[in-house]
Amino acid sequence: MTKKKKILFTAGTHAGLILFISFLLFPLFWLTVTSLKSTTEIYSGSANMFPHIISWSHYASVVREEHILQSMWNSLIVGIISTIGSVALALPASYALVRYKSPANNAVLGWILSSQIFPAVLLVIPLYVILRNLHMTDSLFGLSLVYIVWSLPFVLWMLHGYMKGVPVELEEAAMMDGATTTQVLFRVLFPILLPAIGASAVFSFVSSWNEFFFALVLLKRPDYITLPVELAQYTGMEGQARTGPLAAASVIATIPSLLVFIVMRRWFASGLIAGAVKE
Amino acid sequence: MLAHKKNRRQLALLLPILLPVVLISVLPLMRGVYLGFTDYRLGDEVHFNGYENYVQLFHDTFFWQSFRVGIVWTVAVTAGQILLGLGLALLLNTRIRFSSIYAVLMLVPWAMPPIIRGIVWRQLFDLDTGAVNVIFSALGIIDKPINWLSSFEYAIPAVIIAGIWGEVPKAAVFLLAGLQAIPHSLYEAARIDGASRSNELRHITLPSLKPILAAIVSLSFMWNFNTFGIVWVLTQGGPGGLTRLPMLAAYEEAFRYGYVGYAAAIGNVMVVVISLILFAYLRIELKERISPAKV
Repeated sequence: MTKKKKILFTAGTHAGLILFISFLLFPLFWLTVTSLKSTTEIYSGSANMFPHIISWSHYASVVREEHILQSMWNSLIVGIISTIGSVALALPASYALVRYKSPANNAVLGWILSSQIFPAVLLVIPLYVILRNLHMTDSLFGLSLVYIVWSLPFVLWMLHGYMKGVPVELEEAAMMDGATTTQVLFRVLFPILLPAIGASAVFSFVSSWNEFFFALVLLKRPDYITLPVELAQYTGMEGQARTGPLAAASVIATIPSLLVFIVMRRWFASGLIAGAVKE
Repeated sequence: MLAHKKNRRQLALLLPILLPVVLISVLPLMRGVYLGFTDYRLGDEVHFNGYENYVQLFHDTFFWQSFRVGIVWTVAVTAGQILLGLGLALLLNTRIRFSSIYAVLMLVPWAMPPIIRGIVWRQLFDLDTGAVNVIFSALGIIDKPINWLSSFEYAIPAVIIAGIWGEVPKAAVFLLAGLQAIPHSLYEAARIDGASRSNELRHITLPSLKPILAAIVSLSFMWNFNTFGIVWVLTQGGPGGLTRLPMLAAYEEAFRYGYVGYAAAIGNVMVVVISLILFAYLRIELKERISPAKV
């Protein structure tokens, strides 16, 4: 390629990317702007791209509303439990899938694929009955358990794909030195698998933080409600007073997942490449 | 190692997932499928009633309407997210400067829970204060503000655009991972042979991407058909049931009216419909991949 052509190509690529990213970012930008406008300005009829005066009052009212803070806390707890749980359960299981061949493998792999087809509505009523028998309805732990199993197919699939690429000789050497399976798993494999574990953790945290349907049906007590359910209650009745605080709460609700994406970015990318693609 | 000892060790490793998977996924799913063949109402006893629910579904115009819009929504959102996601992934894969910043920024919609996506787009589509009306008016595309989400003409396209916007990042991330896994040697060989960029795309990139493309299309199709949250907030299925996706219809049957058996029957039909469509799609995909080798 000539130099001129190359410059054009680079400029075109940047232009295309900026266009794409603007489309993807604009709604969050708009939400942020709305959250910083005063209620009078939101309803002044002149929808400005920037607020006249930056007003933090909507954020203040979110913080004052204990329900919203409580629901964020609940979402955070459920997200952390289900992330740790799904990775901790999937790690030994994916090891078993890769290193031992047996009919059980096909059953697990079959479940991974078929579980994605079933709509949550088929699951939720019987699940409610089972959780009630275990005294785990209206419990953050019960919901976490559901999320663990809900994100397991994907986490298993990624770890399984990644682990396939790890040479068996490494473990054999450790075994020779007298290491047990558990030690091999946590001392030898864990460090190698970190990118895939990171990517799975990101995936399961975000899917738990975002989940709505199960939380809507399974949790009834107001003090256990998660953030999406809490915020969904405010829509449909957003009179003039509601738009601003709802925007502020929505901005805050976006931050945790976004932080997780940013912090885990490198692992996320490399874990995905090897885990989800190499098949 | 002895065979039974090996089996026992494998079982020990699998046991931690088997218990929760059976208890939280397999058993309730089987029970849920069974409920689709009963007249179960919330609080009542469960009576098997064979295929009666399905006869009733067949004559239920709301059900047909919700499946029609479900298919339109699923095909449109899946196609949109894959095409835009592929475009985005191809641009990012050029590894130009700042591409890692772009790659993080593009994740923003994914970081927003579907409920928040609904809240944002409700505000964007708002009649009086929404950005869509403001921008379109300024550009002269529309004369007067439109109430997008409650108009019979625009509600479905509006909901689909919000849906595509939310699902693009997932597609882009997976396709980018797929692109980065294509061995560099392939491109180097092509460049020696003097292939142009468009030739590279057609003869190396897209064929190498095909397996992951098929996977992400299938997954997105299933996920989109089962969508609930974003539309729940955007329109609650309105106006007049126009955007009532199958999951919304099933939710209403079960939790608004208490017809759990009927709702489960809707769920069962959803499973059959998705399976048939995916089966047809994968058959075509696989055939395409096998046939050139035969020639």
